[in-house]
Amino acid sequence: MARVGVFVCFCGANIADFVDVNQVVEEVKRIKEVKFATNYKYMCSDPGQQQIRDAIIQYRLTSVVVAACSPRMHEKTFRKALFDAGMNPYLLEIANIREHSSWVHQKDKKAATEKAIDLVRMAVAKSIANEQLHEISVPVTKRALVIGGGIAGIQAALDIADARIPVVLVEKSPSIGGKMAQLDETFPTLDCSQCILTPKMVDVASHPYIELIPYAEVLELEGFVGNYKAKIKKKASYVNFKTCTGCGACWQKCPVKVPNEYNMGIDKRKAIYTPFPQAVPNKPVIDAEHCNMLTKGKCGICAKVCEKGSIDYKMQDEIIEREIGAVVVATGYSLWDPKPYEEYGVGRFKDIITSLEFERMVSANGPTGGVPIRPSDGQVPKNVVFIKCIGSRDEAKGIEYCSKICCMYTTKHTILLHHKVPGSHSYVFYMDIRAAGKGYEEFVKKAQVDTAATYLRGRVSKIYKKGDKLIVRGEDAQIGQVVEVVADLVVLATAVIPNKDNPDLARLLGVSYDKYGYMSEAHPKLRPVETAKAGIFLAGCTQAPKDIPDTVAQASACAAKVCGLFSGDTMKKDPMISSVNNEFCSGCQNCVKVCPYGAIVTEEIPMSRGSKEMRTVAKINEGVCQGCGSCVAVCRSMAISLAGFSDPQIINEIVSI
Amino acid sequence: MEAVANNQLVSIEKPEIVAPPNWEPVIIGILCNWCSYAGSDLTGTSRIQYPPNIRIIRVPCSSRVDPWFLIKSLQTTADGVLVSGCHPGDCHYITGNYFARRRFLVTKKLLSFVGFHEDRVQFSWVSAAEGPKFAKVVAKVTEDIKKLGPLHLYKKENFDK
Repeated sequence: MARVGVFVCFCGANIADFVDVNQVVEEVKRIKEVKFATNYKYMCSDPGQQQIRDAIIQYRLTSVVVAACSPRMHEKTFRKALFDAGMNPYLLEIANIREHSSWVHQKDKKAATEKAIDLVRMAVAKSIANEQLHEISVPVTKRALVIGGGIAGIQAALDIADARIPVVLVEKSPSIGGKMAQLDETFPTLDCSQCILTPKMVDVASHPYIELIPYAEVLELEGFVGNYKAKIKKKASYVNFKTCTGCGACWQKCPVKVPNEYNMGIDKRKAIYTPFPQAVPNKPVIDAEHCNMLTKGKCGICAKVCEKGSIDYKMQDEIIEREIGAVVVATGYSLWDPKPYEEYGVGRFKDIITSLEFERMVSANGPTGGVPIRPSDGQVPKNVVFIKCIGSRDEAKGIEYCSKICCMYTTKHTILLHHKVPGSHSYVFYMDIRAAGKGYEEFVKKAQVDTAATYLRGRVSKIYKKGDKLIVRGEDAQIGQVVEVVADLVVLATAVIPNKDNPDLARLLGVSYDKYGYMSEAHPKLRPVETAKAGIFLAGCTQAPKDIPDTVAQASACAAKVCGLFSGDTMKKDPMISSVNNEFCSGCQNCVKVCPYGAIVTEEIPMSRGSKEMRTVAKINEGVCQGCGSCVAVCRSMAISLAGFSDPQIINEIVSI
Repeated sequence: MEAVANNQLVSIEKPEIVAPPNWEPVIIGILCNWCSYAGSDLTGTSRIQYPPNIRIIRVPCSSRVDPWFLIKSLQTTADGVLVSGCHPGDCHYITGNYFARRRFLVTKKLLSFVGFHEDRVQFSWVSAAEGPKFAKVVAKVTEDIKKLGPLHLYKKENFDK
């Protein structure tokens, strides 16, 4: 026989003013299973909880109903009170008489009281069907996988590894460094990007807890939090990294020239190459698409000049597996292709370039030795027009959102131009200047004074050619007139967009992504680095456009989350998950189809004890199940039950009103 | 057997049954924990008032809602049922609400086939941020059920008589 205790809370005046709490207690006492009912001013306070603890012992209660605020508010508090009194915490039910009654029916005390009584009655009926549940312990593999070796991945990997947790860092390209390695100086301090990044890259390569796997991709991820298994494809580099010293003889002699991705195609690299001189690891790879030996079977010069004999044209892609406990996704971003801006002559006029191309030109290690040039004739430009929001904040041609970093880097570009080209002048067409950040507004203000750049608020409508100059026609909205600027070079601040393969990667990992293709965090404010899938975290522009300080902060936050996850040898997991009763399971596998987590597999069991004939039944993986209950609703033999929300519990609620 | 047109069967419920004076319908609201239940909490925290006829049952996901719950509700205590989940694409459990939506459409057809008015069971999407919307949904459902009057069809006590 169930012995239920009911505790009705006043919540100060929040409940008591609109619900007759004494009447609730009197009515509830008539239910025959209720052995004790009382009310108190603040049930969540310590004296309130003490009443619960005392009553549990005194009345030998088998379940407890607290009629108070939403279970989303204080369920944990009251569960702990039960636990402290030696009772299983899952024998608690909460009747939400504040959010669902006193606060929403403030004009009708009678109706609110009646409703509160019904809600308590439902909770009592449900609690009678409650079962003792125990938190599930899941073992943890203490190794993290970081996908992407840009600044986000580097920071996350270093922070996790510094906590003496092994990290596997997988990078798609031959070197880590990412977009930040392509930058010259960084706003708002004008630090040299390479100077602050390359020491970190070297740290990654030499860290005893980091396994760096460059030129590789994640193919598969299976398992669940604490127990993932990742399949990683190491692309064939055709160079034996173990023996290669990175001397450079091979790429000096290689006869094939290919546009250099690192320099945005402004100059050429060889078919055997390292992406840039400070690459980590500083070992070359062969670009199989362009290598003469691999495409035509003729050449082999690199193999001849390599003293160590490190070149291996027969190398194959290799699949490796790693067991890991958590994943940090830090795959970065791409830049929007400005082709839809036909009226600007994008693609027709050579002297229209993107910001990243400009960045490479003004970089000290760039293809032009740090001086911007006009791609058409190689002259140094004097008048440069910067146009912001190319693709950003443009629903018609690009994307709706603000790319966040363009205002700041364009300001930086005006400074770099001012430094590198004496007598030059910058014109900036902008929609708004968004300089929210520590030292950002000051940076913009100072740059405007120092460079004396002309800021024109308005959109550019057309760019056309006159002689060897480009004429930029736009609106200056502040004077309400059409203006024309004669430009030597036009720089487009193109929008930040998610990588094209972001949705594929998200599906592979089982995390959700938004309409643009950015991966979605679990909560936009309160859980910004977690995904809805436990054990997978997001750092950097995989989640949304952001600058370097934000990216680094988010990466470190990921590392803190991973370290927290790995702080014990096992993980505690909510026991409110599904389980299968093999007696009833017919093996129809409907549940397998609807499970969004792939948590249900099948197993073969004997038809009866000792029998050799086997039958198929469903089996739920406790670690993976998140407790949604989809499987329960589709189970036609009623073999599956969801702890905490079982059929008897819900039916009890329905019939008790 | 000849196929019977749906609309011929819908008329089993008799709207001419007069509700007793001061009759108030009982509506069961089955809400998913992550969106609609949180949304209904927000209605409370925002002190938005709505009719007191609804009795809310919390489930983890709208996909947990077995058609049995709806039938049992109509058969025993309720005059109408509201099921509410996350907006399509926002499900906390990735795809749960899509299953719920499909299952609900079939259930609704079944219920109208056996004679319930189609407004007896209703479905809505309410997110955790849509406190005002939840109040509106409840007000509308309550109004619809009030118009239909007390549910006598298949009520258990009628069989006992």
